[in-house]
Formats: sequence, C-alpha cells, structure tokens
Amino acid sequence: MKSLSDKLLGGKQGAVGLALLALLLFVVFPLWLDLFRLGLLGKYVTYAFVAVSLVLLWGNGGILSLGQGMFFGLGGYCMAMFLKLEASDPVSTKIQTTPGIPDFMDWNQLTEIPWFWVPFKSLPLTLLLVLIVPTLLAFIIGYAMFKRRVGGVYFAIITQAIALILSILIVGQQGYTGGVNGITDLKTMMGWDIRTDSAKYILYFANAGLLIGCMLLSRYILTSKFGMLLLAMRDKEERVRFSGYDVSNFKIFIFCVAAMISAIGGAMFTLQIGFMSPSFVGIVPSIEMVIFAAVGGRMSLIGAVYGTLLVNFGKTVFSETFPELWLFLMGGLFIAVVMFFPDGLAGIYEKYAKKFDVAGLVSKYASKISKKASKMIGEII
Amino acid sequence: MFGYTMDEVGNIMVMQGFSGLSLFSVLLLMALGLAIIFGQMGVINMAHGEFMTVGAYTTVFMSKLAVKYEIVNTYFVFAIIAAFIIAFFIGYFIEYLLIRHLYKRPLDTLLATWGLSLVMQQIFRSTFGAKEVSAELPEWLLGSFKPTPDIDIPINGVFVMGLALIVTVGVYFFMFRSRGGLRVRATMQNRIMAGAVGINTQKVDRLTFALGCGIAGVAGAAFTTISSTGPTTGSLYIVDSFMVVVFGGAASLMGTIASAFGIAQAQSILQFFMTSSMGKVATLMTIVIILMMRPEGLFASKVRK
Repeated sequence: MKSLSDKLLGGKQGAVGLALLALLLFVVFPLWLDLFRLGLLGKYVTYAFVAVSLVLLWGNGGILSLGQGMFFGLGGYCMAMFLKLEASDPVSTKIQTTPGIPDFMDWNQLTEIPWFWVPFKSLPLTLLLVLIVPTLLAFIIGYAMFKRRVGGVYFAIITQAIALILSILIVGQQGYTGGVNGITDLKTMMGWDIRTDSAKYILYFANAGLLIGCMLLSRYILTSKFGMLLLAMRDKEERVRFSGYDVSNFKIFIFCVAAMISAIGGAMFTLQIGFMSPSFVGIVPSIEMVIFAAVGGRMSLIGAVYGTLLVNFGKTVFSETFPELWLFLMGGLFIAVVMFFPDGLAGIYEKYAKKFDVAGLVSKYASKISKKASKMIGEII
Repeated sequence: MFGYTMDEVGNIMVMQGFSGLSLFSVLLLMALGLAIIFGQMGVINMAHGEFMTVGAYTTVFMSKLAVKYEIVNTYFVFAIIAAFIIAFFIGYFIEYLLIRHLYKRPLDTLLATWGLSLVMQQIFRSTFGAKEVSAELPEWLLGSFKPTPDIDIPINGVFVMGLALIVTVGVYFFMFRSRGGLRVRATMQNRIMAGAVGINTQKVDRLTFALGCGIAGVAGAAFTTISSTGPTTGSLYIVDSFMVVVFGGAASLMGTIASAFGIAQAQSILQFFMTSSMGKVATLMTIVIILMMRPEGLFASKVRK
C-alpha cells in the first residue's frame, strides 16, 4: 500500500518536480518579474488548469475533448456575473434608464435582472455555481455520449460543436451575456478592490496555490486504482468492459473532474484579468489549450504546466515583435509536436534529461545545501 | 404564424429555401470531400476549410486574369478545373509530408491539420492580404429569375447547385462504379488484405486524400459566386462540414446529401424567423441532440467507435 503522501506527490520524482514548480511559481517569478509581467504569467497559469485537466482526460483517459474552453469560459462567466452585479450598484449606474442593473442590459432595454442572474448576487452561491454549472454540463454531455459508447473522434467533433453553439449563443444574446464584448468593468469582490497592486499579488498567489492543489488532486486520481483503470480504458476499452467494469461511468466521472478543474481556472482568470469574453469559450481557445497540453506532454501533469507557460510566453514575445510570424510558428509547433514529439517536453525530458537524473541531483544538492546551512547556523550560534 | 399571412410565409419559404440551396451546395461540396477523407480514411482534416479557400483564391486569381484578357464570359469553367487541380496537388503534397505518418493516430491528425490550417491561413494573409476579395462574375451568373412577382431566385444559386449535383454524381460513379473506387474502398476496409491482393495502398491513400482536397477546391470555386473570400473563410465552414458528415453517417453518400440538405435548409429558414445567430444555434443544437440519441448518424447502422 502506498501512503497518502506518495499518492499525492507521485513518489520522489514527482515530489521534486512539484517542489521545483512551486518554487518557480511562488518565489522565483514573483521576485523576478514586475507586476505587469506577473499578471501575464497569472493569466497563463489559469490556462494551465485546463492543460492539467486535459492530461487527466486526454493523456490518461484517451478522451479528447475539444470543448474544454467552454468549461473554462463557464467558470469565468459565473465569476464575472457576480462581480458585474456588484459593480452595477444603483449609485454607480444612476445615469442608466434602469439603475442597478449591468450596463449592457440597460443598453439592450432590459429593465430587470434575468432569472439566471439572480443566484449570482451571493458570493457563496457563486463559488458553488462556478463548480456546479460546468460540471453539470459535463455530466449531461458525458452521460448522453458515453452511455451510448460514443468515443474518440466523434466525441471530439461533438464537443467542438457544443463549444461553437455556446459561443454563438453568448455572442447572440447580448442583453443577457454582454455579447461579443463579454462582461467587462469588474471592480470589487465583497468590497475588496481587485484592481489594486496588493490584490493582484494576493490573487496571483491564490491562483498558483489552487493550481498546485488541482495538480495534487489529479495526481491522487492518477495514482489510485481509478488511474490504473483509466489507462487500461485508454488502451483496451473492451477488455476493461469485459472484466466487469462500467466503462461509461468512469469516463463520465473523469470528464466531470476535468470540467471542474477547467472551471476553477476560468474563475481565477476573471478575478485576475478583470473581464470575461466569448473569445475564451469557442473552438479556437479549446484547441489551443489542447496544444498547450500536447507541447508539455499529454501524460505529464507537470509537463503540461510548463508547456502552457512556454507556449504562451512564446506567443507574447512573438506577437509583440513579429505578429506575422506567430501563426506560422504556432502552426509549425502543432505539427512538429504531433509528428516528432508525441509525448511533448516531458517525453524529451524522460528520454534525455533523465539519464542525468536531474531529480536525484537536485535532491542531493538540496540535502548538501541544507547540511551546509545547518553547519553555518551552528557555527554562527 | 409570426405575423405573416400564409401566402407570405409560402413565398418566404420558397425564397429562403433557394438561398438555403446555395448554402446546401457549398456544404455538400465541402462534405463530399470530407466524407472521403474523414468517412473513408478516418483522417480528421481540420484544414479542409483551407483547401476550400485555396480553390476560392484560385478562382479569384483566374477572374483577375480573365478581366485582363477579356474572357470573363467563359473563364469560370476553367477556374473550376484549376481550383480542383491546385487543391488536388497541394493535398497530394500534404499527404506525403504529413498525413501518411499519422494514419495510426486519428486524434493526432486533428491537431496536426489544425496547425496546418493556421499556417495556411497566414500564407493566405501574407499573399492576398487580410481584406476579403471577390471574383469578377460572368454576366450570365448575375441576376435572377422571377417565376411570380413575389419570388426571386438568384441564378448563381442555381448554377452552384448544378455544379454540386454534377460533382456528387461524379463522386458516386468514381467511388462505387469504377476500378479506382473499388481500390479505395478495399484499402479503407482492410488495408493489409488490399495490399496482399496487389493494391498499392500508399498510392491509394495519397490519391484519395488529394481527391478529397480537390473537391474542397471546387467547393471554393462555387463559394466565390455567392460570397467574397478572406483568409479565414474556410474556417467558418469547417464545423458545419464535420457536422454534415457525422450527422449523415460517415460512410454514406446518401446520408451526406440528406444531412447537407437538412442542415442548410433548417439554417436558412430558421434564420429568417429568428435572429441569424439563434437560427444557427437552434440548428446545431438539434443536430447534437439527434446525434446523442442516434450516434451512428442518419444513414448508417454501425456503432460508432
């Protein structure tokens, strides 16, 4: 029997990898980057939630969902609706025909808040709905499809169509959703201004902490018996079914977990960036997020996070300096990763860097340094 | 009904029906190519829309030449053939470079071809500019019939539909009534057996993929008669085309025709009575719900795997 800590961290190798990532996110980046760059990084970290969810779903479960963007977006929209309601109090919206409702509703001649906005007046309910709404949608889609043994390519295409439907719906229903601009001008959460520098730091750390939490949860799922079953289902679904397992229920479960993790990322995105728009819901972001996971390594939780950060860093650098080259590079990256590095960065690491046993080296040096430090402290005392 | 008299509803139905027929023709041409590539070969070609754009730009380019040499009335036939040939050869080349390495990993073809579509879009943007361009249409394609005073049927729509029907019949004869089609179907059903009886399966793969791309090129040529072309034109149709193929039952030609017709008509008639976006949402939603209840599509009996 493995102990709980082994299950959470994934052995020595996994623990060192996680510790390095946490060190980067919590210490190195905040000290090294200015607030603007740190904000960008925070944005990428929210995408990493989706990449982690795809490692669970696609790398280990063999289910490619092209609709993860919609769960990200739904989580973000739930958060944005709460913040928008708080930002549109009667005092600050007194120039509107109907004060006290969000500005885009007023522009679209709505005179009261629609029924599905009402629960978002309360924060606890909102936090609950951030998790429940995407998970429920995932459950409905998963139940309808996996129970009928629809999988693989067809699942990918249908989730893509659903993502398209949702993004058209959000753009089309301007009065209820803010349309193509999304929900903007978000100011405070329970009176706490989320636009100040200190709030930005706090949100960044909360975000990074949540990401590590989600990774621990994912690692726990993958190292449990369920994780073994997931791999078995990916490789030989029929055999798992004939062994007496109900494959569809496992698939529905993992799809729901993946949706929930993506939704947390979406909610954190809204909090940090201060808006949510349909451009994070549709097909393009959904596929881009698959690529983040593919670049990092579809089998590796930690790799997926690095993949997300690297691709987005590249996107920022190249679209600032050579906007025309970016699409070529992005497209070329897709093709190269799929053709030559199907296991992504993590695969390259496994193949080359592992020979040098980086994890072993790091832990050796860490113990050396700590010994030295304790010696020095001893001398000083 | 919706504040119109029955007579008006009838006329609207006929006119929206005909505008739906143009959409139907383009969708059908796109879906025919995709039905071959996806339904037969199992390759998820996300760059299929870009092959359509290749055909569209070829037509636009030919029309510019035609204006220069003053053969606007006859060039369109050549443009269709050129669109087919250019898309065919690009497809042939892409299969050789990219697709043939990925036959065993269908989900990965999706990602690789998505990357390809990004690259192709940027190539279009760098070569032809970000602005939408349109072809000079010959005079006989412009204007409309008026069978009754209230009904207006555009000629280009009828032309495009004729083109779609000719291509459909051609694909049918090629796939089901010719030696070449027999080889294609044999290879797709059982690659090893087909190889054992002396079919060059690699060559068949390459030609099949190229044929699908060529038909997408024809779809692009047809598209120029009803709308203008931009770098991202193709990507607007890709999800619709996949839905057509999946909805119709991936391996069935009849299913593809029926579902292209159903989807195009539903979209264009619903878009008149609701807003344009809600019409599209209602159509796609209906398809998704039907597919959830009947995953194998309209015209196929096998369980999807």
